[in-house]
Amino acid sequence: MGINSPLTQNLMPNKTFFWFFLPTGLAMILFIGLPIISTGIQSFYAQHDQVVKEVKKCDPFGCTVSIVVDNEETTKLREAKPLGKFNGFGTYVDRNHLAIDEIKKFWNETENFGAFVDQVTNLPFYKALIFTLTYCLFVTPNVLLLGFIIALSLNAVARKIRGPLIFGTILPMIVTPLVGSLVLFWMIDSQGIIGANIQNLMNDPYLSLKSSKTLTWITIIIYGIWHHSPFAFVVFYAALQTVPQEPVEAAIIDGASRFQRIKHIVLPHIYPVVTFVALISLMDNFRVFEPIIGFSAEGSAQSLSWLIYDNLVNEEVILFGSAAATSMMTIVGIAILLAPVLIRTWKEFKTAR
Amino acid sequence: MRKILVTLLFLLFGTSAFADCNIKSGSINILANDFPALRTFVETSKQCKGSADFKVTHSSEHNKIAVPALTANPSEFSARIAANSSIVPLMNQDLIRPLDDLVKKYGKGIQDSQLITIDGKVMAVAFMANTQHLYYREDVLKDLGIAVPKTYEEVVAASEKIRASGKMQYPYAAAYKAGWNLAEEFVNMFIGHGGEFFKAGGAQPNINNAKGVATLNMLKKLSELSNPDYLTHDSEAIKVEWESGNVALMTLWASRSGTLLDDEGDPKITKATKLTGPATVGGGNIPAATLWWDGFTLAKNRSDADAEATFRALAHAASNKKMVADAADQAVWLVEGFVPGPKSIGVIEAVKMGAKPYPMLPQMGLMHGALGSEIVEFLQGKESAEQALKDVEAAYISKAKEQGFL
Repeated sequence: MGINSPLTQNLMPNKTFFWFFLPTGLAMILFIGLPIISTGIQSFYAQHDQVVKEVKKCDPFGCTVSIVVDNEETTKLREAKPLGKFNGFGTYVDRNHLAIDEIKKFWNETENFGAFVDQVTNLPFYKALIFTLTYCLFVTPNVLLLGFIIALSLNAVARKIRGPLIFGTILPMIVTPLVGSLVLFWMIDSQGIIGANIQNLMNDPYLSLKSSKTLTWITIIIYGIWHHSPFAFVVFYAALQTVPQEPVEAAIIDGASRFQRIKHIVLPHIYPVVTFVALISLMDNFRVFEPIIGFSAEGSAQSLSWLIYDNLVNEEVILFGSAAATSMMTIVGIAILLAPVLIRTWKEFKTAR
Repeated sequence: MRKILVTLLFLLFGTSAFADCNIKSGSINILANDFPALRTFVETSKQCKGSADFKVTHSSEHNKIAVPALTANPSEFSARIAANSSIVPLMNQDLIRPLDDLVKKYGKGIQDSQLITIDGKVMAVAFMANTQHLYYREDVLKDLGIAVPKTYEEVVAASEKIRASGKMQYPYAAAYKAGWNLAEEFVNMFIGHGGEFFKAGGAQPNINNAKGVATLNMLKKLSELSNPDYLTHDSEAIKVEWESGNVALMTLWASRSGTLLDDEGDPKITKATKLTGPATVGGGNIPAATLWWDGFTLAKNRSDADAEATFRALAHAASNKKMVADAADQAVWLVEGFVPGPKSIGVIEAVKMGAKPYPMLPQMGLMHGALGSEIVEFLQGKESAEQALKDVEAAYISKAKEQGFL
């Protein structure tokens, strides 16, 4: 049985479990559940119609007549309905989110499917969704694979040097994501060590890793793999310590190759842990954010989390409704991504009972 | 850095004898952007804090903090140093107080031209002016026999000539970092083409037209003469490019000239660095630049006593002849007694040429935000100018609808 075997979980009576879980549960409701509900409510509201008036404005450069927000009128509106104007799913379907109307229009107007896809991927939400999904699809499997290979290799080296090696390996995870991405950002600068060498190698002085969209995506994905692999490695390495030695030795006597031993003994044994790491990685990667800021890659790569950030801080006017709607859709996105794994775990849990 | 310190110390001790505003109580807490002139300004106001509490936050992230911090009641800050664009969100949310009574009572040395009045009420007191203008390398231009460019068309021609000569690969630089900076360059160039951002008397966008296309095409031409990483370069990054001698022509803020011309860095480059007015574009006669003022505003959600103490301290700086004389090379001060030095050429030329101020409109921030992200793909060559402008308008309209402007 694996270390996370469902049998061990059933040993705790339900009542004990309830009291054991209560503090965590309360904290989760207070700090995660309620904010999500509040965000959800906010996403259905838009700002009141702005009441503006024409006034004279003077500054050191002269006077002009232009508009300002009429604060008296606006305050009245706000006091009557503090949440704003009810907008239903209006924010969800507008052009900066799901863009239902625009997509219908593109479908009717474009002549072939390629042009339609071009138009749709030009919309901010879908642009961000595509980058987010691409990032998840490339980073997650590679993190699992690389983490597993490193864990296997480290498990095979002499005990004496294992300590320092493990420390070196988890370093990328210790380094703050923003700092890690900034270091790489400067290295790939067209005058940085990597950027300049690539230019020399390709003999193209105009080649820039930062200005090309594809190269930026590749850089961020490689950074993501580099940053997340240690997490997979640490968990896999711990799991490898629990692999029973008897079947492995028996397999060696039977003449099984290293590859066969891993495939038939080690992998089945640590399978629950692989599921766990895959789940956590998917969730983390779907919320990719720091590397985009660290690499100043806003121009070429936007993720869903970045869209939320953009709505909240990059505008002089804060767009709470937009940010809330994108947040809710990110949660739905993560749920959809995790659904297959969760369903599978649930089924296994059922059969084990 | 040392020079700034010395100046500050000098200011502190040099004037403490005269600085007695007799403030007995209250607490002063200022939020400001982070550049030398503002530090000088705040330090000067600190001299007369009397027995009031005095705190200051200098942050380049000031825009992100301001609205939430001033919305709280009582507000975290008693004063916010704002500019044409950043006063707008404060006005929209009704977060700053009219200053008329305080100006009457304590604003003796403040000139009328410093007062920002909206609907007849003083909402801010300006103390410095700023704009983006051209910087050039005199030695490089002279060697190649190029006259100092006056229009962006000449900037392009000059840059091409410099590149052809093999002296520099990317002779032009401007802050084209995707987001706020890039949008600001669009705003400048669009105004230079005589564009209006909104249809008369409303919030409907008005950029998808010939002027918008011309603006984008000029930005693209300039970007091709810039370092290929231009989409990641902000003002600080291009300043570094300039100081490494990689650039011969640059559009940069006037307020940064002080750090470009200080004793740090290669003296040969510093000596050859010259300032001139902003360029015009497309045969227009007003410069492709916007005028900015920096001034102080007071938080509404703060006690009258705090507001009074804060105003008196800041008014002391905003009318301080000694400060503008000592820090004459840090900014173009709007304070009485300022004698413009060689570093003020850019702003003074811009004013003479009739440059327009950055539009102080409630919905301008949304347009600025939409520009910053939607024109990137055009510069990368991934879509046409018309499509990019259509995207900007569409993105703006969605946001403006959510905010209730449309």
